[in-house]
Amino acid sequence: MAQQFGLGRRKFLVYGSAALGTSLLIKGCAPATQTGGGGQTPAPSGNPIKVGILHSLSGTMAISEKSVVDATQLAIEQINQAGGVLGKQIEAILEDGASDWPTFAEKATKLIDQDKVVAVFGCWTSASRKAVLPVFEAKNHMLWYPVQYEGQECSKNIFYTGAAPNQQIEPAVDWLLQNKGKKFFLVGSDYVFPRTANTIIKAQLAAKGGETVGEDYLPLGNTEVTPIITKIRNALPDGGVIFNTLNGDSNVAFFKQLQGAGLTPDKYPTMSVSIAEEEVQAIGVEYLKGHYAAWNYFMTVETPENKSFVEAFKAKFGQNRVTNDPMEAAYIAVHLWKQAVEQAGTADDLEKVRQAAIGQTFSAPEGPVKMFPNHHISKTVRIGEVGEDGLFKIVYSTPQPVDPLPWNQFVAETKGFACDWTRTDVDNPGKFKAAGA
Amino acid sequence: MTFLLESVFNGMSIGAVLLLTALGLAIVFGIMGVINLAHGELMMLGAYTTFVVQNGFRQLGEGWFDAYLLIAVPLAFGVAAGVGLLLERGVIRYLYGRPLETLLATWGVSLILQQLVRSISWQMTLQIALFCLLFFGGRWLLSKRAIAPRWQAWVRPVLLVLSVGIGLTAGFVAGGAVGLAMTKPWFGAQGVDVTAPSWLRGGVNLWGVQFPFVRLFIIALTAVCLVAIYLFLLRSQWGLRIRAVTQNRSMSACLGIPTETVDALTFALGSGLAGIAGCAISLLGSVSPNTGQNYIVEAFMVVVVGGVGKIVGSIVAALGIGFVNYVIGSGLMTRFLEPQTALFDFFEFFASTSMARVMVFILIIAFLQVRPAGLFPQKGRTVDA
Repeated sequence: MAQQFGLGRRKFLVYGSAALGTSLLIKGCAPATQTGGGGQTPAPSGNPIKVGILHSLSGTMAISEKSVVDATQLAIEQINQAGGVLGKQIEAILEDGASDWPTFAEKATKLIDQDKVVAVFGCWTSASRKAVLPVFEAKNHMLWYPVQYEGQECSKNIFYTGAAPNQQIEPAVDWLLQNKGKKFFLVGSDYVFPRTANTIIKAQLAAKGGETVGEDYLPLGNTEVTPIITKIRNALPDGGVIFNTLNGDSNVAFFKQLQGAGLTPDKYPTMSVSIAEEEVQAIGVEYLKGHYAAWNYFMTVETPENKSFVEAFKAKFGQNRVTNDPMEAAYIAVHLWKQAVEQAGTADDLEKVRQAAIGQTFSAPEGPVKMFPNHHISKTVRIGEVGEDGLFKIVYSTPQPVDPLPWNQFVAETKGFACDWTRTDVDNPGKFKAAGA
Repeated sequence: MTFLLESVFNGMSIGAVLLLTALGLAIVFGIMGVINLAHGELMMLGAYTTFVVQNGFRQLGEGWFDAYLLIAVPLAFGVAAGVGLLLERGVIRYLYGRPLETLLATWGVSLILQQLVRSISWQMTLQIALFCLLFFGGRWLLSKRAIAPRWQAWVRPVLLVLSVGIGLTAGFVAGGAVGLAMTKPWFGAQGVDVTAPSWLRGGVNLWGVQFPFVRLFIIALTAVCLVAIYLFLLRSQWGLRIRAVTQNRSMSACLGIPTETVDALTFALGSGLAGIAGCAISLLGSVSPNTGQNYIVEAFMVVVVGGVGKIVGSIVAALGIGFVNYVIGSGLMTRFLEPQTALFDFFEFFASTSMARVMVFILIIAFLQVRPAGLFPQKGRTVDA
């Protein structure tokens, strides 16, 4: 039988070793580590300050996270060009989490132990954050996390610059109740973020006179949404609100088939919390036009800070690129960290930086933000409608930035709990019963 | 009445997608006895072909754009059939009669194809093309000359190292010189989107039931494929040969049927059908390197439930699974039951898309306990699959 292969064992060994040798040779020639940030400008004095960037550069999350890496590097480059931090340049060490949660934990360990970085900027999915959380807590290190998330977490070692639920989901539900109707159908992917988010939404609707008429969860990557559409039609025969927490590819299937089924945005407006400018391009404007999304930042926000942010980003990465909410939050994170380091007078003493970070304010592209004692920032909440050009038309915006509440105040288990890392009088500053609650 | 029509139509539209994805598998698995785990990736190639054709037509303008599917369907068939042919000639023909090895080899191929789509760029194309040219061209040239026996063992390894080295280096040099245009992946890891032509967007409302045009199109496409296969297998000369080889390979060979060609043709046909299925599913969802993975398990379920080797079985199984999936997942069962009874709570619990899948799996496992060979088992003495 082996003769049929035309490849005897000896020959196979010869080929194999030859191929292996060649590949090793090629690997040896390739550039070893990629370093970003202030490559061009010479360091003014002393050793550079090392920070880590930890995102998926490969795998299914790559393109979303790659754009966040770009925004992080833009911020670092801008700071370096303006003279750096404490007179030193920032050197960014880029690691690839490869859309694989154990790899994230491994790379976080490597950045902290081997590269001796003083802060890490990174992670996108809640799954990757939950994977690196024990690493940062065990080593008492520091992560800056730039994506909106489901809340119900408050770590001393993480600074969250994306929205907590009360800065995105809750205002979106309030806005829908006032403008679009009382009956809600909840659609989400079948994993931690949508299920937690929907628990919050249901509790909020119950408290505010809305009604949850149905909910359904699609396995990640599944594209067969016919049963869900029937359910929506049966539960909402005369139209109503669809709250969408689907993630990734399922969104494409959902919006394509929603249109085919005749559920148009005038009768069935859909509010999404994980569709931003980049995803609109990928799904197709013709399927999304007229639907809504809630974020803190849209590319169309009219502030002078945003104008220069978008211009600088396009100048560096290309005119056809778009900016979105997680990118902006990543950009904020670097600047807040820099301010904290400068106030603390040191980048290496993490405890001092942590204390100095609380109370920092920054004129962000989305508007003014402030770091709270619970390691989350205050954020302006906006609701946008997808327009003809694929960008969002802002239809609502909170007049003031909303203070962050990591522990949800509608869900019974976390109602009345607070997080305050400046408190020394409570056993667990990460989660304690607030006075008066 | 409306309700019944709606259920039948929706069950059928899910079933049609299942059937289309399972059809190629049923042919390759049923007729040739090959378990092709790369079937999903052949679908993915069909879907990416549709994406490329769509982009090409978009350049031509709106009027042309509406016609892209007419080209995309045959081209998806052609691309997937071509890759299937390569796969059969390059890998599978060495493994006939060894199901376990075929399983592992095609799984490997599926991983390679997934990664290929993620990372293919002009640079990589150049490297592969150069390697093939040097290696196979070199072998061909050298085969024309007499080489001293003691050097013969070294010809191929040296050629291999040289062509790999030159190919890779040339690619890296070109990549360095041209830059991003050369090294940027064509598709990348993130899903891309196929936009349906304007005549397939939306739907029509008849008798109170909404018929999405895309679903109607897929049902029609599935029907056309079925009829075409039926005619091909039962009415054409090659169909006759395929059936003959299926029944008795050695006797067919004795009678002068080129069995190797028949194998290659059958495999290419099954792969081509996968390509068409890929084109169809690109209209429903997004196209990503993992696209095939989402369908392969269900396609295998259809083939196994239907009974291996029986296309009729696959049809019944696909429609049945589609219907059950729809009726449970959409919560229709609860309509006929009194609330707060045990049965109501039971169906209420399973009335979500993820739980419906669980339920369908349970039903299939239970069914296979009763009829292990599927709905329509192959009769006769020769069956040992």
